[in-house]
Amino acid sequence: MYTPIKWYHPYASTADPCPPIEWKYYQTPPNLYLGFQPTGLPQFPLKEALYKGTLWPVLFDPYPAPIRGDEH
Amino acid sequence: MWTYEKKLQYPVKVSECNPRLAKFLIEQYGGADGELSAALRYLNQRYSIPDKVIGLLTDIGTEEFAHLEMIAAMVYKLTKDATPEQLKEAGLGAHYANHDKALFYHNAAGAPWTATYIQAKGDPIADLYEDIAAEEKARATYQWIINMSDDPCLNDSLKFLREREIVHSQRFREAVEILKQEQNKKQFY
Repeated sequence: MYTPIKWYHPYASTADPCPPIEWKYYQTPPNLYLGFQPTGLPQFPLKEALYKGTLWPVLFDPYPAPIRGDEH
Repeated sequence: MWTYEKKLQYPVKVSECNPRLAKFLIEQYGGADGELSAALRYLNQRYSIPDKVIGLLTDIGTEEFAHLEMIAAMVYKLTKDATPEQLKEAGLGAHYANHDKALFYHNAAGAPWTATYIQAKGDPIADLYEDIAAEEKARATYQWIINMSDDPCLNDSLKFLREREIVHSQRFREAVEILKQEQNKKQFY
């Protein structure tokens, strides 16, 4: 399943001056995966689309992305 | 830490003294999409990018310094035997007044190199897309310089450098694919 947040475990040395941040996160927006947008995709109702900034749920990318329970 | 091999990555031969070509070529030395910008951009972005692509930025950033050295050798060979009069005719009078025949990090129009040429946004996707764009712009610059050059020996080296831009762009695109990979499922090969 598509996840808008990716994470990695940066290297931390025992000589680091501060306690290490164990996980770092970055967001991968949906436009990275869509390719050329097909026609006829589902659309938000017009009023909702005006608030969201896009007509298509497939391009809607909330920030910060909601983190699911099974993620770090 | 680096080790240095006292040879060029690809041989540089120049058929004739041609300071006008050197003036154009300096774009790849100290221009916005030049080799100095590329090396510093990649080697600086390494620290705040996911571990999986740090090695790629190190390797490509290092190779860009090897390219910088090739461009320097080209510019030096194209100008080293030119008289001040020839430099003036080639549009390098202002350069000669300031630097004699010394190389300097500026673009073809004489604007000095500036750190505003490079970016580090901290977002891995934004940074890698910047790197891909930089490689394509450098490839285009090589094409425009080759279009203006009638030196077959020099063009041979420039075509090698242009090809390296293509390979680097491809590797950066692969890095984006790695960062796009889903993490909440097992990978099957």
